[in-house]
Amino acid sequence: MRAVRLTVTAAATVAALTALSACTAKSDAEDGDAIQVTAADSKCDTSAKSVPAGHVTLKIENKGSKATEVEILFPDDRIVSEKENIGPGTKYTLTAEVKAGAYEIACRPGMKGHGVRQKLTVTGGGTTAKRDPKLDEAVADYRQYAQDQADETLPKVEAFVKAVKAGDLDAAKKAYGISRLGWERTEPVAESFGDIDPKVDVREDGLEDGQKWTGWHRLEKALWKDKKIGAEEKALADQLVKDLKDWQGRVGKAEITPTSMANGAKELLDEVATGKVTGEEDRYAHTDLVDFKGNVEGAQKAYELLKPVAAKNDPALAKELDEQFAALDTLLDKYRKDKTSYDFVSYDKVTKEQRKELSDAVNALAEPLSKLAAAVAK
Amino acid sequence: MTETQGSNPSRRSLIGWGGAGLALGAAAAGGAVAMAKAGDDVDPVAAETGGAVEFHGAHQAGIATPVQDRLHFAAFDVKTEDRDEFVRMLKDWTEAARRMTAGRAVGEGAYGGLAEAPPDDTGEALGLKPSRLTLTIGFGPSLFDKFGLADKRPEALVDLPKFPGDNLDRSRTGGDLCVQACADDPQVAVHAIRNLARIGFGKVAIRWSQLGFGKTSSTTPDAQTPRNLMGFKDGTRNIAGTETDRLKKFVWVGDGDGDAKSSWMTGGSYLVARRIRMNIETWDRTSLQEQEDVFGRDKREGAAVGKAKEHDEPFLKAMKPDAHVRLAHPDSNGGVTILRRGYSFTDGTDGLGRLDAGLFFLAYQRDVRKGFIPLQRRLSAQDALNEYIQHVGSAVFAVPPGVRDSGDWWGRTLFSKEG
Repeated sequence: MRAVRLTVTAAATVAALTALSACTAKSDAEDGDAIQVTAADSKCDTSAKSVPAGHVTLKIENKGSKATEVEILFPDDRIVSEKENIGPGTKYTLTAEVKAGAYEIACRPGMKGHGVRQKLTVTGGGTTAKRDPKLDEAVADYRQYAQDQADETLPKVEAFVKAVKAGDLDAAKKAYGISRLGWERTEPVAESFGDIDPKVDVREDGLEDGQKWTGWHRLEKALWKDKKIGAEEKALADQLVKDLKDWQGRVGKAEITPTSMANGAKELLDEVATGKVTGEEDRYAHTDLVDFKGNVEGAQKAYELLKPVAAKNDPALAKELDEQFAALDTLLDKYRKDKTSYDFVSYDKVTKEQRKELSDAVNALAEPLSKLAAAVAK
Repeated sequence: MTETQGSNPSRRSLIGWGGAGLALGAAAAGGAVAMAKAGDDVDPVAAETGGAVEFHGAHQAGIATPVQDRLHFAAFDVKTEDRDEFVRMLKDWTEAARRMTAGRAVGEGAYGGLAEAPPDDTGEALGLKPSRLTLTIGFGPSLFDKFGLADKRPEALVDLPKFPGDNLDRSRTGGDLCVQACADDPQVAVHAIRNLARIGFGKVAIRWSQLGFGKTSSTTPDAQTPRNLMGFKDGTRNIAGTETDRLKKFVWVGDGDGDAKSSWMTGGSYLVARRIRMNIETWDRTSLQEQEDVFGRDKREGAAVGKAKEHDEPFLKAMKPDAHVRLAHPDSNGGVTILRRGYSFTDGTDGLGRLDAGLFFLAYQRDVRKGFIPLQRRLSAQDALNEYIQHVGSAVFAVPPGVRDSGDWWGRTLFSKEG
């Protein structure tokens, strides 16, 4: 997989513009300015709802029975700063540089779910531009989707890894394609971190000088081409889980904007056009259509979430996208017997004419999809 | 595409070429007949400055227009089933073609638009001259199976028969429609096809395309006939763009030609495209005498056997019975004449260390049944050249009449309700 540099750059630019630096556990903040956060199993009390912009300090105390996690969140649920795993009866001081704007403080007892939220207004100069609340909602929902995909991927990868470590070639092959789905659906988010993609999804020809080949495709080659699982493969399988847990833990901090969602959708189609239609992605396993489907589903999810705004700004574009997504879905369905399964035809059995037909359908969708970002940025 | 011109400069004005453009525009304003000649090689302004050829006229440009140096030809399949959507695309294409042939960028240009959106124009022709770009559209037989067009398919638009020796590659054959882009700068021709393909995504998809580099025919009187990759001049008796009478007789579909089904074709023409692969390496090992016998000409001048100059009338009986010129000459074919506009091509090598090269043959005619078909029947059966060539791609298209003015569009006479 080629890393999508555009996303990374765009994210970096946004980060630089909002000029937020989160730092944790600074103890030199004065008590007088601090917000007292009292977390428990079902509450999250804060001593202040409004603070001046700048250095914001949270004095956290977990009075509940479960370990908790406390975060300062943007309206779209992106994390400004967070502290995980604050044990029952323990205290922690969290500080962050925060610009003026509307935020939430979230306590997540048990370190999962939506958590208990409190509003926090940060006042003063340098307000961040307000945007359509519908778009904040779209971004928050998409972040949740990306998190769900990561959360659901881990058990599937663990099943794959278990088969690899058991030396069971057939079971490992069976578990391979499906273990990649969640990743493929939300790839632009994962790629925005820059360092995870080269570890888990790089293909042999994408390696840089001196780079060790790790991840899914390295194991794919071992299973299908070399047809053997050795000690090195077993170690790489463990490494894959470790790297993907890193991904799972970072989704919440990903820079996601309505524009990056729209561009991400287009990039997913680019991935299909350059990697899947050609059969390069899973060149040994030939499970390209599973990845293909995952990419399209992820693009469609981003589009559906942005649609309320896009359809208002550009109804003709929304109509075209609805049609082209439906057409591509229908075409892909021809390659699986059961529409509820991801058991697709092996790509080496897909003829040149069929690949051309798939390629035409991808172009037909990708061209209007490239206009989605402008339709939500209006 | 939008009509918005905005502040986007044309390619011409970017290079300070506005003056000559105005001069050309004035020359083209004389009407349809004058237009067919506008941008001629004989017009020193257009030829030397890479100027613009008028897009509008009674006939489409790119047929009688003096042959440009480069070609990008694309055949498309229709993907949409919605006739209105297809017609909208033809209108969008027309507007883009109008702009590109004038040396302007497509839509709102290649820069300066919304940062979040890809630009309308792909940008690689910025700063280049119009380069006498012509864009010519054609409709293939298979288009008439769609959109309820069956009763508009002209009888003259026949499916080509299989000729002896044909070895047609399906992926280089046929097409619901085509666009021929000719220009003196290859980048200008490629830019045009690329942008039309982009506008067409979802409505049409490229089926195959062909780049051509050396024109192999001239439609300019008295000009030297260019050589093909075999090193010979061929088609020296081509119809010139200035021969109004021969164009009318052999190229343009006349009012009342054919049946009621084809009335929309008046002012149009029929195009045959053939990808002819040459066995370059075996040809190069052939003795000069045999090469000259095969063509029926001398290699240096291109003169027919026993003649001094390429344009001297040939004495056909002096040639071998299977000589190419003898078999292809109008006098051997009851006067059959076609307007040839082919290009040489070299698409790299074929994996066996041989050039994948040959002639991309393009011929315009009033009726395929009286033009290419009888001619090729004869050639495919008898031509000595067949030992060195093979037809590997084929297509036929009905090329509608010209776009009259800024309110008109490609295919209007076929699709518009008023006929």
